[in-house]
Amino acid sequence: MVERLAVEARGLVKRFGDVMALAGVDLVVPAGEVLGLLGPNGAGKTTAVRILTTLLPPDGGWARVMGLDVVRQSGEVRRVIGLSGQYAAVDAYLTGRENLLMIGRLSGLSRSSARRRADDLLELFDLTDAAGRTARTYSGGMRRRLDVAASLVARPAVLFLDEPTTGLDPRGRLGLWRLLGELTARGTTVLLSTQYLEEADRLADTIVVLDAGTVIASGTPEQLKARVGGDRLELQASPGEDPTALAAAMVGLGSAPPTVDVDAGRVAVPLTDGPGILPDVAARLSAAGLRVSDLALRRPTLDDVFLTLTGQPTTTEPSTTDTVVVGRPR
Amino acid sequence: MTATTAHAGFRRLSGLGWLLANIATVTGRNLHRLVRVPTLIAFATVQPILFVLLFNYAWGGAIHPPGVQRYIDYALPGIYVLAIGFGASQTGVAIADDLTTGMIDRFRALPMARSAVLAGRTAADLVRNLFVLLLMTTVAYAIGFRFHAGLAAAAAAIGLALAVGVAFSWIFGLLGLLVRDPESAGIGGLLAIIPLIFTSSTFVAVATFPGWLQAFAKINPITVTVDAIRVLCVGGPAAEQIRQALAWIGALLAVTVPAAVIRYRRTTAT
Repeated sequence: MVERLAVEARGLVKRFGDVMALAGVDLVVPAGEVLGLLGPNGAGKTTAVRILTTLLPPDGGWARVMGLDVVRQSGEVRRVIGLSGQYAAVDAYLTGRENLLMIGRLSGLSRSSARRRADDLLELFDLTDAAGRTARTYSGGMRRRLDVAASLVARPAVLFLDEPTTGLDPRGRLGLWRLLGELTARGTTVLLSTQYLEEADRLADTIVVLDAGTVIASGTPEQLKARVGGDRLELQASPGEDPTALAAAMVGLGSAPPTVDVDAGRVAVPLTDGPGILPDVAARLSAAGLRVSDLALRRPTLDDVFLTLTGQPTTTEPSTTDTVVVGRPR
Repeated sequence: MTATTAHAGFRRLSGLGWLLANIATVTGRNLHRLVRVPTLIAFATVQPILFVLLFNYAWGGAIHPPGVQRYIDYALPGIYVLAIGFGASQTGVAIADDLTTGMIDRFRALPMARSAVLAGRTAADLVRNLFVLLLMTTVAYAIGFRFHAGLAAAAAAIGLALAVGVAFSWIFGLLGLLVRDPESAGIGGLLAIIPLIFTSSTFVAVATFPGWLQAFAKINPITVTVDAIRVLCVGGPAAEQIRQALAWIGALLAVTVPAAVIRYRRTTAT
């Protein structure tokens, strides 16, 4: 074998009654890499994670983790994986340290190793000060950090993170991204499911896009974004101003010619370099003596990915954090 | 028993040692919760005391069952079972809670024994029940209760009440896994216990029931177990009643333990 595969799944099928949760999914994660499993609610991300972590048997297909079959060698698989599920599954009435000690003991660590490991992880996840408090006093971000720490107690060869930042505020999300970034930089193999393109972009080496139980695209974040298109500058002409003049002033700015919606008075410019373009935009506007009533820099969202790949918008709520808005949002 | 080392710090036990170590860890977790969760503290302290005092003073003057001088001598064995049953309903709540919060998914993804979560739950309940029984006995002693058949019989009475508690824990653990919703598990548990308690010999002699109810009350497992505990407290030939009580407890465990473990192995959070 040229490349060692940490996770390999072929033709995974799972039905829940009439619902086809997974309709033949292939997944491959080479050792040391991070796979982002991207998709809206109900796409089958959690089902895939549950099958790979031995929580659910597949109805069809097979999967191996570190070469171990998830059905026939489920006990062995559980010794090499860490799971941080969809909820921050920590015992609210145990302290942070007690939670980690419990998981360490249940993972087969001796008492002293479990204690050392707990202290190391509390330190790494910035929870040392809160280690003696029960988890119910923690913020959502702290609970999530403790939950991810718990999944690392046994030094798993493969870490599964199911929507690790869902429900976190932007600050908690950034904090967790930083930690996960450090983790993946050390070579931990990770399968990460997420609804956020930005998250997958930031953490994953490869992204697999899942929709209605089927893989609809896969590739590096760059390849995926190239298919979707990069950032987009949107300019709203002031009332009475000619949007075509605005468009003319922006020619040569982006990666493709500006498009004009004359009726709406709006100009859109596809960009490759997002916020870096803003000084140039301001210079061009003042040089041409033009005024705009609104100016927004949009990053491609999961919605854009799905619109491009399927022609259908996702059913999830549009994420507001994926848009950088300058001036008055419309 | 074999022990193999995977890598530094790991002590890979297999077989019984591994199972017992897992159960001990889960038991420790539940005992921590027991002294920290307000509801659980109340179920383990205030409620048992209230039961002893309320049933004795509110009903003791009106009910004069045969074979005892004081009502508390008759009622305490039943109150033992009532308090343990109500406490066990919290086991269903806790298991359902572990399911909905993803704790059971976390445990199931660990290389731990598949029965340890439920067995550790039951073991912690056993510790709580011993405490509750001693607490109630102390309060009852203060208001006139006495063991009339000697120390060995008294210990056997407590032991039998603990055995009833083990059966209750597994029944409610299974209920929690099936119902999945903590509130429903709590209500469902109490709704199951209350009719069984009141159609048994817990508070009044079965002979005072209407005929059709007597027929049920006589085979009610609560009657069978409470009668066995009672005869150990007040004295009299106990062997047959103990045998019947143990048969009920054994039968209940023979069904609920495998059913709960099988259910646990298949269940995931939704």
